[in-house]
Amino acid sequence: MSEGTEQKTDKPNNSKVIKKLVLVVFAMFGFGFALVPLYDVFCDITGLNGKTNDVAVAYADDGIDTSRTVKVQFITRMAKGIPWQFEPVINEVSVHPGEMKFVNFYAKNDSQRDIIGQAVPSVSPGLAAGYFQKIECFCFTQQPLKGGEEVEMGLQFYVDLDLPAEISTLTLSYTLYDISDKVDS
Amino acid sequence: MTTDTINESLDDAHNDDHHDHKMTGIKRWLYTTNHKDIGTLYLWFSFIMLLTGGALAMVIRVELFQPGLQIVEPDFFNQLTTVHGLIMVFGAIMPAFTGFANWMIPMMIGAPDMALPRMNNWSFWILPFAFAILIGSFFMESGAPNFGWTFYAPLSTTYSNGSTAFFVFAVHIMGISSIMGAINIVVTIMNLRTPGMTYMKMPLFVWTFFITAYLLIAVMPVLAGVVTMLLTDTYFGTSFFDAAGGGDPVMFQHIFWFFGHPEVYIMILPAFGIVSTIIPAFARKKLFGYSSMVYATASIALLSFIVWAHHMFTTGMPLFGELFFMYCTMLIAVPTGVKVFNWVATMWRGSLTFEIPMLFSIAFVILFTIGGFSGLMLALTPVDFQYHDTYFVVAHFHYVLVTGSLFSIYAGAYYWLPKWTGYMYNDSLAKWHFWCSLISVNLLFFPMHFLGLAGMPRRIPDYALQFADFNKWVSIGGFAFGLSQLIFLAVVIKCIKGGDKAAAKPWDGAEGLEWTVASPAPYHTFSTPPKVD
Amino acid sequence: MSRGNQRWLMGIWLFCTSLFSCSAWSDTQLNLTKGVTAVSREVYDLHMLALYTCTAIGVVVFGAMFWSMIFHRKSKGAKAADFHESTTVEILWTAIPVIILIAMAVPATSTLIDMENNDNSEVTIQITGSQWKWHYKYFDQDIEYYSVLSTPREQYENQNGSFEGNGALKGKDYLLEVDKPLVIPANKKVRFLITSDDVIHSWWVPAFAVKQDANPGFINEAWTNVDEPGIYRGQCAELCGKDHGFMPIVVEVKSSDDYDAWLNEQQALTAKAADAEKASLSASMSKDELMQLGETTYMAHCAACHQPTGLGLPPTFPALKGSAVATQGPIAEHISLVVNGKGMMPPFGKQLSLKEIAALITYERNAWGNDTGDLVQSSDVKAASGE
Repeated sequence: MSEGTEQKTDKPNNSKVIKKLVLVVFAMFGFGFALVPLYDVFCDITGLNGKTNDVAVAYADDGIDTSRTVKVQFITRMAKGIPWQFEPVINEVSVHPGEMKFVNFYAKNDSQRDIIGQAVPSVSPGLAAGYFQKIECFCFTQQPLKGGEEVEMGLQFYVDLDLPAEISTLTLSYTLYDISDKVDS
Repeated sequence: MTTDTINESLDDAHNDDHHDHKMTGIKRWLYTTNHKDIGTLYLWFSFIMLLTGGALAMVIRVELFQPGLQIVEPDFFNQLTTVHGLIMVFGAIMPAFTGFANWMIPMMIGAPDMALPRMNNWSFWILPFAFAILIGSFFMESGAPNFGWTFYAPLSTTYSNGSTAFFVFAVHIMGISSIMGAINIVVTIMNLRTPGMTYMKMPLFVWTFFITAYLLIAVMPVLAGVVTMLLTDTYFGTSFFDAAGGGDPVMFQHIFWFFGHPEVYIMILPAFGIVSTIIPAFARKKLFGYSSMVYATASIALLSFIVWAHHMFTTGMPLFGELFFMYCTMLIAVPTGVKVFNWVATMWRGSLTFEIPMLFSIAFVILFTIGGFSGLMLALTPVDFQYHDTYFVVAHFHYVLVTGSLFSIYAGAYYWLPKWTGYMYNDSLAKWHFWCSLISVNLLFFPMHFLGLAGMPRRIPDYALQFADFNKWVSIGGFAFGLSQLIFLAVVIKCIKGGDKAAAKPWDGAEGLEWTVASPAPYHTFSTPPKVD
Repeated sequence: MSRGNQRWLMGIWLFCTSLFSCSAWSDTQLNLTKGVTAVSREVYDLHMLALYTCTAIGVVVFGAMFWSMIFHRKSKGAKAADFHESTTVEILWTAIPVIILIAMAVPATSTLIDMENNDNSEVTIQITGSQWKWHYKYFDQDIEYYSVLSTPREQYENQNGSFEGNGALKGKDYLLEVDKPLVIPANKKVRFLITSDDVIHSWWVPAFAVKQDANPGFINEAWTNVDEPGIYRGQCAELCGKDHGFMPIVVEVKSSDDYDAWLNEQQALTAKAADAEKASLSASMSKDELMQLGETTYMAHCAACHQPTGLGLPPTFPALKGSAVATQGPIAEHISLVVNGKGMMPPFGKQLSLKEIAALITYERNAWGNDTGDLVQSSDVKAASGE
């Protein structure tokens, strides 16, 4: 029974390789999930997907670069099924890099029920996202509005001094979602 | 030949008093741990899946024969394209190569069986369950998955129909099967090579499967991960891919294609192995540049990990991302080109004959290269904006997968049928299969290049009038190609039943340990490791 | 060559000539479009460069193969040579492809850099994809509208087996026509801000060589500068559900003056529509008027999912015939559903006028045997626009 004897002598070698390979399998499964935070980190560093900071930053008082002006545009979109009005009060401002700016957004809950909204920001071009610093933003928190209620929400920001020279216009878009179902009251 | 007779009688002796004497009937197939039996199971399963996926494609081509919605609703059409893709990738191509691996690797390295025969049995038998779940979803009220085989979120999460859970379970089971099979292949090749067979003495076939197995172990778990994230996003309120919850739908594409790109190399490297075995046999000349071929295969495998985002050029990537992926993708053309040149150099000044395996292999080299050319064009990001999600891409991947992988599978089947069955296949019937397939497959897929360039998008059940003529010819080619595969079924059934008796080595230029045993190969081979110098 | 083989060859030749002599061939497009922008022409040139390079390589490689197949056959007495490796040759055919690739990568890089420079645009347009239509909003003006496929249903519903549709011949721009195209000026840099309301779509106009995905919750940018006024057609280029093939893009490029005139026209139209909305609040339509307008509106906007028969495609698209919402439930809820949407059902409040919605809901509550007898007026819709 040379088959049987072969198995016996090879068994220890087989187990070693098998253990290593199974470890790789689990490691790669974990890697798949690790890609999620990795992706976030990568996007934070490079601004790849246009995501901006979701925690307030302090204003870096490093001076204002008056030699250049940057156009900042604001657009809003309502996700499906949220009966709100949501508009920027002015849709475009010109700022100098380093200069603090304050703009308002108007929101109204057109329905008769209470709704909790969440504004999700996105900046284009993606690379500019890393240089768009929000000091205060209504997008940092959930926005509950009672039926029929209207509000003006503020955004305080500045554009980094080292915004690459080739970017002279950047657009900030907010998509508004109804997250009433997702929030445990 | 005396050694064979000795081996045979030793095998018989084993059969008589070893505890696993050959069972008969259903039990044999259900409980087998024999690599030849399991190889046969995989091959039959993959052929049935090929015909099933092909039948779905036939319905697609009937609908697309003329502009207008004649026989299916748009949502059902999306189900057809989705399940066609899933069946062909996970049910036809991958199991076919696994079947070849099971049958041939132990014989080629002089091993008595795979390293883990019982796990081998499980690797196969969970597959019919997985596909029963997938195909069964057609009979659900909401229908089968309809979001493309690439199942992008949020179409596959928030906006999916009720079949998503079944899709996920089926994919998990297929993944487990592939991972177990791959582990088996790696352990077998590392530990069971006959003494004297160093790595650089292994047939190239074994090398390509070895490298493919590593790719499988590395990326199938990532697929399992992304499909689990899909499940939790759809049913358990997570927000991996949902912007409302802080997630990102484009991240789905990154994770999916991190699996997806190596996956397509998983589907072609074994083909390279098969063709690298057959061309030298019928050119009666050693494979040109064996070591380069090994290094080229390894380079392709390594590079395949860093090109995934070439499927995502239109998602809004920044410039440096697009440039990086464009350059890396173009780079893969280099080792691939080396392989093509090596095959041509093998043919060059050989002494060529054109039996069916050789015909399929030559067709592979020419047509796969055409698929490679369209791939190179797709790699150029600015032009990809015009090609992406059009029939140009559909043409590209069908050239590399059908005239590429599938033709290599046919080549290998014809090459080894005598070894498996003990009989020569009917040559004139096989010629019909080859020539009908060759002509119809080009009628089917070549015009798709023009359709894509003219502006026809993918995954649409109806199209504008300027696309009508080519679609008609494509459909005709499709029907002809589908019918031609039934000729292969006839060839195989006839061959199993009988024909001219096959010698141990029916191809005079063939090399390899498998040709030193009788045809059909005895149930147990190489119980004693052969001597290799 | 034997008689039999000669006959085969003749047959194949005849087949090919008949294939290639179809008169419709002249209309059929074989190659990529050159397009109407500087970028699209660069893209076309790059495509041709790649095509010629690949063809040249193919000729050499396949030529060698065919040569070998003819002259190195065993039946011709060829004896196999001995060689099976050569480091020099391997280095050569690694290095030469690298050089060819660099030669292609250089123009590709410069074209890409051009394409990715979205700065300094003169017009900005927000494009939003949703299932299954596009929405356009002019950033600097108060102009926004939906753009929906306008090919009549009878042209593409061919289930009765007739290839001429349910009695309707297919029009010239079958599946590539919309009710209201996007209008942009020629010779100005136009920037597009693209996003989605639901799933991923993709905005593609081949003549501009512009294709960018519309990702929900994120915006993508693209730009174009069109040389020639004209009408250009494209399609959605990312699978987005059942009507992915039925949400085309039509862009009308006007000269600068015509564009300005159009803008003014649109402002006037928006004002008129607002007035009409106000007027309809006090107006009262008859049942016949409501049912007629309701039916047209339903067929244009609702029938795709809920079907002309009202039977829907359950479970994804519920039936309206006999449904609780359209027969027993309060009218206000029915209105709110249509105006605000719910889950997969899109909101129609912004897309349709009060009159259209009123008519639509009246139709839904009375057609297909629903027969509630309810009549809904514009003022009812305004009052219930919420929940």
